[in-house]
Amino acid sequence: MNKLILILSLILPLGALANEGMELDHAPINGANQASLQRGAKTFINYCLNCHSAAYMRYNRLHDIGLTDEEIKANLIFTGAKVGDTMTVAMNKKDAKSWFGATPPDLSVISRARGADWLYTYLRGFYRDETRPTGWNNVAFDKVGMPHVLWQLQGEQHLKITEEVDAHGNKTESHALVLVKPGKLSPGEYDLMVADLVNYLVYMGEPARAQRMQLGLIVLLFLSLFFVVARALKKEFWKDIH
Amino acid sequence: MQKYLTCALTWVDARFPLTSNWKAHLSEYYAPKNFNFWYYFGSLAMLVLVLQIVTGVLLTMHYKPDAALAFASVEYIMRDVPWGWLVRYMHSTGASMFFVVVYLHMFRGLLYGSYRNPRELIWLFGVAIFLCLMGEAFFGYLLPWGQMSFWGAQVIINLFTSIPFIGPDVSLWLRGDFMVSDATLNRFFAFHVIALPLVLLGLVAAHIIALHEVGSNNPDGIEIKKNKDPVTHIPLDGIPFHPYYTVKDIMGVAMFLIVFSAVLFFAPEMGGYFLEANNFIPADALKTPPHIAPVWYFTPYYSILRAVPPLFSSQFPGVVAMGLSVVAFAFLPWIDRSPVKSIRYRGVQYKSWLAVFVVSFLILGYLGTVPTTVWGTFDKALPLVGGVDRANVFARIFTLLYFLFFALMPWYSKIDKTKPVPERVTG
Repeated sequence: MNKLILILSLILPLGALANEGMELDHAPINGANQASLQRGAKTFINYCLNCHSAAYMRYNRLHDIGLTDEEIKANLIFTGAKVGDTMTVAMNKKDAKSWFGATPPDLSVISRARGADWLYTYLRGFYRDETRPTGWNNVAFDKVGMPHVLWQLQGEQHLKITEEVDAHGNKTESHALVLVKPGKLSPGEYDLMVADLVNYLVYMGEPARAQRMQLGLIVLLFLSLFFVVARALKKEFWKDIH
Repeated sequence: MQKYLTCALTWVDARFPLTSNWKAHLSEYYAPKNFNFWYYFGSLAMLVLVLQIVTGVLLTMHYKPDAALAFASVEYIMRDVPWGWLVRYMHSTGASMFFVVVYLHMFRGLLYGSYRNPRELIWLFGVAIFLCLMGEAFFGYLLPWGQMSFWGAQVIINLFTSIPFIGPDVSLWLRGDFMVSDATLNRFFAFHVIALPLVLLGLVAAHIIALHEVGSNNPDGIEIKKNKDPVTHIPLDGIPFHPYYTVKDIMGVAMFLIVFSAVLFFAPEMGGYFLEANNFIPADALKTPPHIAPVWYFTPYYSILRAVPPLFSSQFPGVVAMGLSVVAFAFLPWIDRSPVKSIRYRGVQYKSWLAVFVVSFLILGYLGTVPTTVWGTFDKALPLVGGVDRANVFARIFTLLYFLFFALMPWYSKIDKTKPVPERVTG
């Protein structure tokens, strides 16, 4: 099939290009899927952890997602960092500011600040915009300073704006992202990769999350039993009070 | 064994009033036998207070009150300190649950007239505890040093700037700098971990001592001390606090902890109401968040602040209204002139006004969490309100109703048609 004709469009239901109140795509993530978390960690360390730090996250915390010290050292540490170190970057903050206009934020808790759906929309929402210094803009983050780091994988998208005039003469604008130059991955593969990355970012935002839920069930079970006993005790003491 | 214990107790009692205090406050403190659901929240507030102190002490061991380190130290607690995440979530959930419990405890007072003679001082101590708790929450909220911490503190301290003449100097003095900074963080830390907790504990002690002096009110709002056994002088409708209410409160504690744990373990952020998303971004003095909202328990007062229009382009009237909206509770013992205490025997007027008050409080609370543009604007063609934000107009109406509940109370509580109050407590 002719790839040029194969224009795959990612339809983003965008009412407006604003950050606020934009309708976000639902991130299909699952924190219990260790394979997905490991793939996400790989993408994160290969693509994000050059400019962005995750200064509160230790490499060896990745034990949580089923990796051993040896695996982490062999596959995921590209700097001189020790396995017990946090994920810092060498890039100077002042340099970063002059290069990108803003220092790339630390990503340790970015998922808790932005939410999974926003990240999922953002990482799939880059489009070509020649008016921007980097040549890229984003539907979830207008005038973003970050260039599209994953462009070789996703390819290039354009923002297609269509104006419609209804019978009453009211104009409505609709926006859609159209893939004009395919990347190494098909749109489906790219979405999966981003979902894995977002899954990892959500895990990294709160590594204790899985333990929290697990412990929560035990605590609630204990408290329910305790309530039954406490209630029986109260009834026993109170049976003579009328 | 028994002999030695008795011996030890006699030794202590000769030097410290242990047995007599145990009797006065527990085993021979007679509480009305008809306490209902609303009477759990006093003991629950004590439980949360203890929980906040214990978890707070543990957090202090790892937290760094330094603008450069604070945010990271909280994440260090969440990740590297063993069980740190649990302690931190207990503290953050505890802060919100403290207000849940205290608001319900206060509402109980409104329902059954717990502030009336002879309990005015208990009520005043209670209002002071509430003010202290608000301060405690405000100071503590700066400590994680996120964007909401920073900008929330900035907005609240700036309110003092609106005080005529001395305002700018007062806010400078409070901050210790020209903007919220390391100096502010350090002093807020001092207030949060030692100054206010000391005051709070003292006030709680006074609250309970005053309560045990006059005895507890009850859902019927009648004095059980009026009907005593002629021989034993024990109130006929009273039962010893221990063991009856200790076992009952243990049941209440179990019930409460189930709710508390459900939030803590499964929704510690509570959809952004207990832990706000913006507070996961480190404080940045150069980046104002698009929408600054206080934590949910302050939103009714924040709404009142926003609703009151400025005078001579000064926000001072709003600040005064916000202060009054909290202090108004202190006047209740004297502005309520109804012959009965409990809502059970009040007439339709008080009941309606209480309903109006609760609805106003809840709607103001909601409006405080959202921008004033949330309901759009009125049509330009309308008189008076044309082109004004709808939410703003409604906030003004409900602010007015909130204050009318207090301002008109001397009249509607007096002319209200009441029902006869029984001699003895009912079920």
